[in-house]
Amino acid sequence: MDWLNAIIQGVLLGGLYALLATGLSLVFGVMRLVNLAQGDLTILAAFLSLAIVEATGINPLVSLVAVVPIMMIGGYLLQRLLLNFTLERGVLPPVLATFGLAVILQNVLLSVYSADSQGLDAGSIERSSLRLTDQLAVGWLPLITLIVAIVILVGLQLLISRTGLGRSLRATADDPDAASLVGIDARHIYGVAMALALGTIAIAGVFLGIRTTFGPADGPVRLIFAFEAVVIGGLGSLWGTLVGGIILGVAQALGNQIGPGYQILAGHLVFLAVLVFRPAGLFARQTVRRA
Amino acid sequence: MRLLEIENASSFYGDFRALFGVSLHVDAGETVAIIGANGAGKSTLLRAIAGLMPVREGELRFDGRPIGPQPAHRRVGLGISLVPEGRRVFPSLSVEENLLVGRSRARTGAWNVPTVMELFPILRPLAKRSAAVLSGGEQQAVAIGRALMANPRLLLLDEVSLGLAPIVIRQVYDALPAITASGTTILLVEQNIDTALAASDRVYCLLEGRLVLSGPPRELGRDAISTAYFGI
Repeated sequence: MDWLNAIIQGVLLGGLYALLATGLSLVFGVMRLVNLAQGDLTILAAFLSLAIVEATGINPLVSLVAVVPIMMIGGYLLQRLLLNFTLERGVLPPVLATFGLAVILQNVLLSVYSADSQGLDAGSIERSSLRLTDQLAVGWLPLITLIVAIVILVGLQLLISRTGLGRSLRATADDPDAASLVGIDARHIYGVAMALALGTIAIAGVFLGIRTTFGPADGPVRLIFAFEAVVIGGLGSLWGTLVGGIILGVAQALGNQIGPGYQILAGHLVFLAVLVFRPAGLFARQTVRRA
Repeated sequence: MRLLEIENASSFYGDFRALFGVSLHVDAGETVAIIGANGAGKSTLLRAIAGLMPVREGELRFDGRPIGPQPAHRRVGLGISLVPEGRRVFPSLSVEENLLVGRSRARTGAWNVPTVMELFPILRPLAKRSAAVLSGGEQQAVAIGRALMANPRLLLLDEVSLGLAPIVIRQVYDALPAITASGTTILLVEQNIDTALAASDRVYCLLEGRLVLSGPPRELGRDAISTAYFGI
């Protein structure tokens, strides 16, 4: 029963990892940009929620109404005013730019909030759980996190596969020059992709902040988990990201069941195994940018 | 009416000069061909007109207005559409989606999914198929149809016959009169001289980045054309 419980908790934890990784997957899928500031932007969203909660006293979940649009607008501007200029200059400049952004975010948060750990208090929902059997219970918050992750991924998938904006996103991902020849402004589309990504990051950051404590230096660790989820699932595949997050969560939970010291290690080992045996990930998209 | 006027245009790839002061014009309703050997600068010229390639000297005017500073995606809105060399269909999109994405900045006009399917009936059964799995001829039809969806005033065709079987080339060129009849002017680049001469009202010949010959096909002699083409 302990093992079954570990698997269930791992699946739920995977929901959070999938949320953390969605933005990374989306941005890489559309513009081949590796966003090294992903983890720090997640922490920024948590601090943004904290600031709103402290100022107004509302529940952090309610603060999403403000955090998500602020992060989306910030994402669009970040892309249009900075990252677009680096994309035209090869592979390295955009990576360096996001790395620099990560350093700046960490230090700004450090100087404003100090290195203390912070937490978001969502009230009784954090401690209440759904009893499945006498020995099995799942917390409402992890369950809601997983459901939100699935809803966001399904929503994004529908947006990409069914709408005109989605067509433009896919066409630009395929071939930005050909896209400009049909009248698509690739720079605007990249801005929209970054806005969508930071929208998901905002949600991930707030759920992360409710689930666990966070500090200004926590971004890079979150980035690594997000990376692992994306790579396990396959770069650029949103379904892959969900499955990758869940596999990572289950691996960590099972590792934890063996012994508390093995939690992180088990996740890394599964990640390495996927890299060795399925380097393209479990659900890599086949048609993207064949050279 | 002058639809497109190019005056003394020069373009560069880094330090390499691809166009040397090219001047030409295209009138509304015409079909004009640019011929020339490999590397003569034909594709560069079309890319410069479409806005994919900067023109460092000289001026481009479309419908009397300078378009030099306009990026490619805005020129589509003005009525310039390029069918690029190598077709460049979007492999992640279905045939129908490839056509629909062509409406991103469309002007009003005769072309939509049904009329494009009428022009290229081979696309009809393929509508839901991924564009990645099409034959070269089918991809070319998608690429031309995608450009038409914007209802261009000037359609630029870059080497549409490249890599296609002769019968497929004929099908593609047979579609041109219907496009002209819809009020679209065509400027095409072609390596095959016979195909170009048969399809066009006027011909320009490029040699190593310079215009060396121009005129209606009937008035240009065979010898003059091959001299201009090969530069010997």
